[in-house]
Amino acid sequence: MERFKLFIPLAIFFAMAALFFVMLQREGYNPQELPSALIDRPVPTFKLPALKDAGRQLTPNDLKGDVALLNVWATWCVSCRAEHPFLMHLANVEKMTIYGLDYKDETREAIRWLASLGDPYKFTINDEEGRLGLDLGVYGAPETYLLDRKGVIRYKHVGVLDEKVWREKIKPLVDHLHKEP
Amino acid sequence: MFPEVGHFALIIAFVLAILMSIIPMVGALQRHSLWMMLGRPLAVGQFVFISISFYVLTYAFINDDFSVKIVANQSNSLLPVFYKITAVWGGHEGSMLLWIEMLALWTLLVALFSRQLPEDMVARVLSVMGMVSVGFLAFSLFTSNPFDRVLIQTPLDGRDLNPLLQDFAMALHPPLLYCGYVGFSVAFGFAIAALSSGQLDAAWARWSRPWTNIAWVFLTAGIVLGSWWAYYELGWGGWWFWDPVENASFMPWVVGTALVHSLAATEKRGVFKSWTVLLAIFAFSLSLLGTFLVRSGVLTSVHSFAADPARGTFILVLLLIVIGGSLTLFALRAPTVTSKIAFGGWSRELFLLINNVIFLVATITILLGTLFPLIMDALGTGKYSVGPPYFNAVFVPLMAILFAIMGPAVLSNWKQSQVGDLAKRLVAAAIASIAIGLVFPFVYAGAFNMSIVLAVTLACWMVFSGLTDLCNKLRHATDLVSGMRRLPASYYGMSIAHVGVAICVVGIAVTSQYSDERDVRMEKGDKLEVGSYTYHFVGTEVVRGPNYTADRATVDVYSDDKKIAELLPEKRRYASQMGNTMTEAAIDPGLFRDLYVAMGEKLEDGSWAVRMHYKPFVRWIWLGGLLMSLGATVAVADKRYRLRRAAQINASMDAATAKSATT
Repeated sequence: MERFKLFIPLAIFFAMAALFFVMLQREGYNPQELPSALIDRPVPTFKLPALKDAGRQLTPNDLKGDVALLNVWATWCVSCRAEHPFLMHLANVEKMTIYGLDYKDETREAIRWLASLGDPYKFTINDEEGRLGLDLGVYGAPETYLLDRKGVIRYKHVGVLDEKVWREKIKPLVDHLHKEP
Repeated sequence: MFPEVGHFALIIAFVLAILMSIIPMVGALQRHSLWMMLGRPLAVGQFVFISISFYVLTYAFINDDFSVKIVANQSNSLLPVFYKITAVWGGHEGSMLLWIEMLALWTLLVALFSRQLPEDMVARVLSVMGMVSVGFLAFSLFTSNPFDRVLIQTPLDGRDLNPLLQDFAMALHPPLLYCGYVGFSVAFGFAIAALSSGQLDAAWARWSRPWTNIAWVFLTAGIVLGSWWAYYELGWGGWWFWDPVENASFMPWVVGTALVHSLAATEKRGVFKSWTVLLAIFAFSLSLLGTFLVRSGVLTSVHSFAADPARGTFILVLLLIVIGGSLTLFALRAPTVTSKIAFGGWSRELFLLINNVIFLVATITILLGTLFPLIMDALGTGKYSVGPPYFNAVFVPLMAILFAIMGPAVLSNWKQSQVGDLAKRLVAAAIASIAIGLVFPFVYAGAFNMSIVLAVTLACWMVFSGLTDLCNKLRHATDLVSGMRRLPASYYGMSIAHVGVAICVVGIAVTSQYSDERDVRMEKGDKLEVGSYTYHFVGTEVVRGPNYTADRATVDVYSDDKKIAELLPEKRRYASQMGNTMTEAAIDPGLFRDLYVAMGEKLEDGSWAVRMHYKPFVRWIWLGGLLMSLGATVAVADKRYRLRRAAQINASMDAATAKSATT
């Protein structure tokens, strides 16, 4: 019986290994890729207030009209802070339209963040409950979706959007989408 | 020099590692002396060839050989030579090679400094370390070859090292951290060797103690350096984020700390044998898990510059073999007989046991917090994020209990202590600690603050109870100097480390309670008063660095109309990074406060968003960490690790050793 107890650490370890294995198998083995279900689909329906103007209700219609990025961020997210300067660059220098999705965050903190770090977003959707994030299948902030003019998701990037990701993956797609009617 | 030479050397090292993992172990099992003795030369050979490989890669970086893929990816001809060298481990492939080089170095050191150990023990330890080496060499060779080339259309220049990594502290952070991670492989090797040979006695604890201490020293220093880097480089004055990758390095540290303490009990009193072995396995397993979490891309964070999920499975299989294998061995071979050596209530054994339980619970909570979002996701119950509030809520109370018991633990005797006696001796320390704790917030800030009272009281308690113990030890000495000289180095090491903990606690508490932060808009000539300081925004200018241009602001700081500092925060744009700007904060450091200025965005009217921090006692956090490292180093210098020969070590406890109350 004493011997039996010594197997406990091993059992716990196998449980953890199984978890990791499941994680690696999911979503085509790559957590940084979009589950194919959402590619070429419009952004799931939502009706949520704008961050800076709680009176303004936003819907998927507001995401149409321009080839744009939908960037999921939050003040509790360390990587978002690392990512922020590059979003500023994209908005100011590359003149890219970026919509924000403030995910499970405190409104006051989020407004303060934009005031002190700069606001690269055309507007930010305030998803306090995380419902839209859930529908989108947000894996963890930051995440960035590329939308075409009709508001359809064409690409998803999980993790920090930096110069390399922009140049190698997103910029070519953006150029391509601009040529689409 | 051809990169292929490095690749070839790595293959030779791989072959040598395979030989080392088999021959000495078979020799030990079959009592074949020549086979056992082959372990040492194989360890030397492995180190030589891995070093050649590492040197060739470094050479490619220094000489801008952009035909090597990773040189083109993470270096640049404009990069200063120092950063060209550190760029070697700026990406995944190179940092794996650094990991392997560290492992080879530790293996070499074990081979060289183990003359006093029994031959079969050395053979087993080297074999186990060889097995780990085989795994990681295979990982490097088959999934992340650092010598991959781009021979067609070789780029003319490299993409440059991530600007966040172009920094002194960040350059040294990975080697220190890896040195600590990999250092636990020695304790792991000893644990597995002891399990496999059945010689699970006090002797193996004595052998592994100095190695474990040194590994712990490097890990501590690495974490301190990383925290300091985050503080000044990320530009917002935070020093710990409970980020998954930080947790990945913190968990082995916590278990390692438990191991350092539990080894003391095993060595001195022969108790907790199975437990200590298990901790040694855990410490190394968590180091491997840390590598897995950072490298696999399962968790995304600021740190995952080089995450690649394609490599995840390989590391996972490696983890399964190493951890699963060693835990199976543990389950089959660990002694089930409870120790015959009894210990009573309030003995030092009991306190060390509490210490271990707290550290283990702390590790489990961090592990849960780190993996919880993953578990929830895997179960399909939605996405969660676990933030600093969770970690603080669990970790802080646990540590408070730990610090509270440190007082009596240091004073207690092995085997048995009298509660009344302990209490009587600690009354003075307790009263003084509470008094200082209560007074401190009023004197410092003029108002009551519960967190500060608690932290300062506990910090004083740790220091004063240590002093009480010192006085107690010196009470029979003829004079102070000769009395102090007689105390062993390990005692001083322990005391220094514990004082380090106290200093660290004060630093953390004061910084988190009394820090002040202002975000303001400033333009040329603006003045701002914060507390007793006046900040004068003199203006900005454009400066050029070797591979960047920057807007540099000049901010003069006055205190009582006297200029005390000129701060020069920068906003850098790296030429190779297409507008990727980096904030370079300017800090006026001090023992009791840091003044910290970072530039935000340039606003439309030409003024700047500027962030000012007042960070009291923040240096104490890292000072405390360094003292912990120093303490552990001093403890290693204890002469009992040098003088005694293996043959003389008697596994059974002689009363004299047991009573001399050293850790």
